[in-house]
This record gives sequence, structure tokens and C-alpha cells, in this order.
Amino acid sequence: MNLTIREALLAFRRAPLLSALSVTTIAFSLFVVGLFGLVAVNLQEALRGVAERVEIVAYLLPGTPIESITLAEKDIEAFPEVHSAVYVSEDSALARARAELVEFRDVLQELERNPLPASIEVKLKPRFRDAEHVNDVADRLRGFGFVDDVRFGRDWVEKLDRLRQIAAAVGLVVGAAFAVVAIIIIGTTIRMAVLQRSREIAIMRLVGATNGFIRRPFLLQGAIKGMLGGLVAVGLSYGAYTLINRWLIQAAFFSNVQALAIVGFGTLIGFFGSAASVGRHLRRV
Amino acid sequence: MIKFTNVFKAFPKGGLALKDVSFHIAKGEFVFLTGHSGAGKSTVLKLVYADEPVTSGEVRVSGFNVAELRPRDVPMLRRRLGIVFQDFRLLEDRPAEENVAFALEVTGARRSSIAARVMRVLTQVGLAAKAQAYPRELSGGEQQRVAIARALVNEPSVLLADEPTGNLDERATRGVFQLLRDINASGTAVVMATHDLDLVRQAPYRVIELQEGALVYDSAVDEPRDQAATP
Repeated sequence: MNLTIREALLAFRRAPLLSALSVTTIAFSLFVVGLFGLVAVNLQEALRGVAERVEIVAYLLPGTPIESITLAEKDIEAFPEVHSAVYVSEDSALARARAELVEFRDVLQELERNPLPASIEVKLKPRFRDAEHVNDVADRLRGFGFVDDVRFGRDWVEKLDRLRQIAAAVGLVVGAAFAVVAIIIIGTTIRMAVLQRSREIAIMRLVGATNGFIRRPFLLQGAIKGMLGGLVAVGLSYGAYTLINRWLIQAAFFSNVQALAIVGFGTLIGFFGSAASVGRHLRRV
Repeated sequence: MIKFTNVFKAFPKGGLALKDVSFHIAKGEFVFLTGHSGAGKSTVLKLVYADEPVTSGEVRVSGFNVAELRPRDVPMLRRRLGIVFQDFRLLEDRPAEENVAFALEVTGARRSSIAARVMRVLTQVGLAAKAQAYPRELSGGEQQRVAIARALVNEPSVLLADEPTGNLDERATRGVFQLLRDINASGTAVVMATHDLDLVRQAPYRVIELQEGALVYDSAVDEPRDQAATP
């Protein structure tokens, strides 16, 4: 093991230019993946912001006793999909209308009787904010005897669903394409490193080195290069993010887990890319 | 030690590199493998160290049945052999002592014992003073000595040398040849492929001659012949 580490690190010293080139190639390949990831993250963030506004409003029949409402509120909050259920009385509905609908303030001011019904406003947990669950919860709300009507932006929720599906499909396809391109480029780089040392590999075999012994330093070296490339890629992405944030739009950056995933992805590509390259080389000679 | 029985070796693109070759080299022997270039000398050596598969026939090398050797056992066979080439095949990026140590490290030898064993073989080949020198700082003869030290460090029972003096001037050739004789004198079998007939005539060793892949003369079995007639 000791020797494996030494040989792996020695390779960086012996071929600093090629090593730097490999790390740079890996870094830029992953940077492209990272940039796309940033777009995906921000799109997701934007969609989440929109989805937050998904709300179901159950209008209540006038004269419903407050006790029934309080009980119902508890029941609704106990639905597995429901994040919160808030009772809005007739008075607070009017107060809110006055505050929000400034243009109609005069009209609202002169009302003799409050025309606005009381309601329960239901918000769903993030993962249930799609058409299917919204419909489902709305149906259950209609089941309460004192609920007059249930409203939610049906078209809007359905469009949001569609948008999400498109975003997911595009993300998957384009993301996979970028990842494959990165894997190919990185694989080529690693193959160069193996070919550069093919003479050394031949000599190692001649003096009785097992394939495992020959392979191990390459795998470690590949993993290290991949990891360094991943770190540089995250750094570059952060630079890009800072620029975008300053000059273009307010954007979100990767969570720590996502940043770690990029580094991990680089490490894995480096490791398995080396395994494939060295394996092929060892089988052929 | 090394036994070829009716060995055939086909070229990948057709034709035969070796035709029905049989011989037996005993422990501690010194054998010259002679013949024109392309006669099959290198092929014989490659079959011994399992660099090429045997097409048919039997090759036995210190207990290994080479024709039926599994790929994973090839390294074990090679650790029992020392191999030296015309072009030295040293790693340019490390000094002499590390080139030698390398052959021990790949076998998983204990680190504590490596330095001493390396120094011992470098002393044996007369290069103890240049242990720290890189191959490019050494003359051809010195580089070949490093290669021989590397071949010896695992204490092989056979040393295979493929034209070891092919790239050396006369003086270096004499030195390297004397070194191989000394190594043989201490009990290691040496198989030396060469077309340098002056060397062959200098020493009273067994000669196996190949011609177009066939064994045409073996001084151990055939009548002695007029040396001047050999190519």
C-alpha cells in the first residue's frame, strides 16, 4: 500500500505537465456539468418558489359554528399531504381585502354587510404540490358538510406540473449527455497517462509484477486527479455563480451535498476511467 | 531447468517462428543461443518467460508448465527468472539503485531487506559507487550492469540474456560477458542469445544454433564441428 501511494504521487512529480493537463481537462469537463447543474438547481429553486403558492381554499357556509371549524382545522392538518390549514374568518377576509385591494377601498369601506365568506386556507407539503394531490385534497375538503365550495388554480397547477416534467426530462437528458461527454474526455486523458507509462508497465511485467500491483497506483492516481478536478470544477462554478449573482440575476449555489457530489463524481470517473484504461492496456500487451 | 519438447510457434500472421524445437538446459549451465537475426533466438527466450504463447509442444521452466500457465501465474514464473535485453530497459526517471529495488518491490519484498540486497547486487556487478546515478548518466556498459543487477536481485535460477552486448563497444562487451561468466560460476544458469561469434569462440560453453526457426546444431548432442563453418 505504502508503495502504491508513493508510486501514485511520484507520477505527479515525474509528469507534472501531463498531470496538470489531466486535472485541468477533468476540471473543465466537470465545470460544464457543474454549470448545467447550476441552471438545474436554479430552475428547481424557481419552480419551488412558484409551487409554494399552490393553495387550496375551502369556503365555508355562513353560520358554521367555530367549534366545528376548529375541529375541522385539526383534522385537515392531520392529512398526510397538508403542511398547514389556517382559518380565515369573514372579518379578517374583509380586512385583508381592504388592505390588498386598494382600488376598491372606498367600495369596501361603505359595505353594510360583509359579503366575504369565511374560509380555511390549506397549504400542502412541498412534495404534494402537484395536480393529482391537490385534486385529491380538494375532494376530501368538499366532504366536510359546512364547506360550500373549494377553489384552487386547477389550470395553473396543471401547467406547473407540466413545466416540472419538462424541466426534469431536459435535466435528465442534457445532464446525462454532459456527463457522458465528461466521462469520454476524462477517459481519454487517463488513457494518455497510461500510454505515457506503457514502457514502465512493460518493464514492471517483465520483472514479475502482478496486474494488481501495476493497476493500483494508476487507480489511486486517477482517483486523486478526479478529485482535484472536481474541486477545481466546484471552484470555477462558484466563480461563475459569483459573477452571475453580481451582474445578472439573483441565483442559488449548490448545497454542500451537491458540491460534494460533483467532487465525488470526479473521483469516481477518475477511478473507474483508470481501471478501464489500465485493464485494457494490460489485456492487450 | 528449461526443457523444450517438440515446440512449434506460429507467427500471428502465418508462418512458423519455431519448428519442432527440442532441447534441455540443465541447472547451472551456460548456453549460447546463436543464429542470424530472425532465426528465432528471441522467440525461444520469449516462450521461456511466457511473453508469447506456445503454439504446440511443451515448455517447462523450473517446474512451470509454461504452455498451460494461467495468466495470473506468469508473474510467479518471471520472478524465478532474470531477464536482460540489448536495450537495457531501465526506467529513466529513477537512479540505478531504484531500478534494481523496483524488481524487489514488485514481489512484495520487505522494505527493510531491500536496501541491503540492492547494494549487494550492485556491488556484485561493480556499480556500488554509482548507485545514485540516473541511467542517462551511465555508459552503455554500466546501464547493462544495472539491468543485470536488476535481473539478479531476485536470485533467479536462470538468467536470460537477449543480445546483452548488442549495443556495447568491444571493451564493455568483454566486461559484461565476464560478468555473466562470473554469475554462471556462482551457480546461476545463463542462456545468452547472441550473434557475436567471437564471444562464442572465446568460451567453452554449449552452443545451440537456430536457423529459420529450426534447431540445426546443439553442441551437447551433435558432433563438434568446425567453428569457422558456423554463421
